[in-house]
Amino acid sequence: MRGRLAIALGLGFAFLYLPILLMVLFSFNDSRLVTSFTGFSLRWYAGLFGNEALMGALGLSLRIAALSATMATILGVLAGFALARFGRFRGRAGFGAVMAAPLVMPEVITGLSLLLLFVAMESAFGFPAGRGASTVAIAHATFGAAYVAVVVQSRLADFDLSLEEAAMDLGARPWKVFLVITLPLIAPGIAAGWMLAFTLSLDDLVIASFVSGPGASTLPMVIFSTVRLGLTPELYALATLLVVAVGLVLGLALRLVRPR
Amino acid sequence: MSPAARRRLVLALPWAWMAVFFLVPFGIVLSIAFAEPSEGLPPYAPLLRWSGEATAVLQLNLANFQLLLEDPYYLDAYLRSLRVAAISATLCLLVGYPMALAIARAPAHRRNLLLMLVVLPFWTSFLLRVTAWIGILQDQGWLNGLLLALGLIAEPIPLLYTDAAMYIGITYCYLPFMVLPLYATLSKLDPSLLEAAEDLGARPWRAFLQVTLPLSLPGIVAGFLLVFIPAVGEFVIPELLGGPSAQLIGRVLWTEFFQNRDWPLASALAIVLLAALVAPIALFQWRAGR
Repeated sequence: MRGRLAIALGLGFAFLYLPILLMVLFSFNDSRLVTSFTGFSLRWYAGLFGNEALMGALGLSLRIAALSATMATILGVLAGFALARFGRFRGRAGFGAVMAAPLVMPEVITGLSLLLLFVAMESAFGFPAGRGASTVAIAHATFGAAYVAVVVQSRLADFDLSLEEAAMDLGARPWKVFLVITLPLIAPGIAAGWMLAFTLSLDDLVIASFVSGPGASTLPMVIFSTVRLGLTPELYALATLLVVAVGLVLGLALRLVRPR
Repeated sequence: MSPAARRRLVLALPWAWMAVFFLVPFGIVLSIAFAEPSEGLPPYAPLLRWSGEATAVLQLNLANFQLLLEDPYYLDAYLRSLRVAAISATLCLLVGYPMALAIARAPAHRRNLLLMLVVLPFWTSFLLRVTAWIGILQDQGWLNGLLLALGLIAEPIPLLYTDAAMYIGITYCYLPFMVLPLYATLSKLDPSLLEAAEDLGARPWRAFLQVTLPLSLPGIVAGFLLVFIPAVGEFVIPELLGGPSAQLIGRVLWTEFFQNRDWPLASALAIVLLAALVAPIALFQWRAGR
């Protein structure tokens, strides 16, 4: 049983990682064709950095991701704190359901409904004037907040109230307790939540396609229209750089979290 | 400040945000689903119109829902979406269950690393991972190249733009959502139950079928729903890997909205899709609440 399970696990990991490894390998391929490896070359990396549409979209996506992840973190920390620490307050079930709903909502529905909201708001109040980076950031903050709330809530659930109660008994005011005791306790959860919201924003195609406007194409939107025209190894180079970036950030995070 | 007032203050911002950017939009989708399409921007007629004598006339247009019910194109798309999502969730279960079980039974110090390896691909771009499968499955792709080199086939077989490609893509992308809840239940199982079954003479397979499998049912249900629900509305994978016949509901909604610019019909599609998804979620909540 144990041996067979280990084989199943190995096959599962092969299934998960083989496509990524192939992309990394063939991003260094000299040939445009992806079948055979003809020689080592960095030309696709040069092409990637010279591709203004992709680079511009990457810059826009990074800005949207940083802004929306920060908004999502503020909203999600408040919501997760309330869900973990307020006990059975009035409207808790409704609040919990609304905070969790974006996690399972099909993206086409979220995207369509937010676009219709922005159009209705614009005709009623004149805000937001047109659609672009700001409407995408609002949309991403909304579903990002749901993820941050889950992470923060589960992190808070791991700590009992005794530390916070001890601070209160020693005379600290509630806001001080939150800033001095609670916040440092959940800091790793907040960081993880921010990174999750950042990654989800950077990766979202469907919602951004609905709520973005002309002239504001995010990175996934540009990748999507490129892929439809045909594969180019430049995309493999982009994927490779992303894998390296994710690896570096995760390695750093593990080093910071692991006790010495 | 009283504790109650402080709590209201903490709750106010997330409540207000979710009300404006999550609840109100659904009201708008619902109202536009009853509107008539029109030229111009936005391309729908308002529901409330002022008639001559300072009274508002509310006009509900049921034609969108009628079309969805009568045109077999839309009904087929719904049924196909549900079927594809169910098959994909089953495939994820078949691949994910042995993985989750292997991780749950691995030495404690290795479990976190193995779990991280399951989640890691999720942190890299979803779109680029789907793109990798285009490279693998296309006619001049890696898989056809491998099969040709091995002499198993004489000419490339069409793999991309098929249902199989779509299922591979969905299973690949949603696998972590299946493994994590399965692991959560499996790792909490009391090992003494299995030992008891073995002491009583059950072979490993029988102990698995009669002890582990039934006890992991909550994880199976949670993982199945976590894959099934988003897969029903999936757009990207059927569009990039599936064939032209893979007209799933997310794709149909996308086409109605972006190509046909029929916003009211797209809204009606969204309402029906949501209604179709609420049923399994409600069932799950009811089961979990018992």
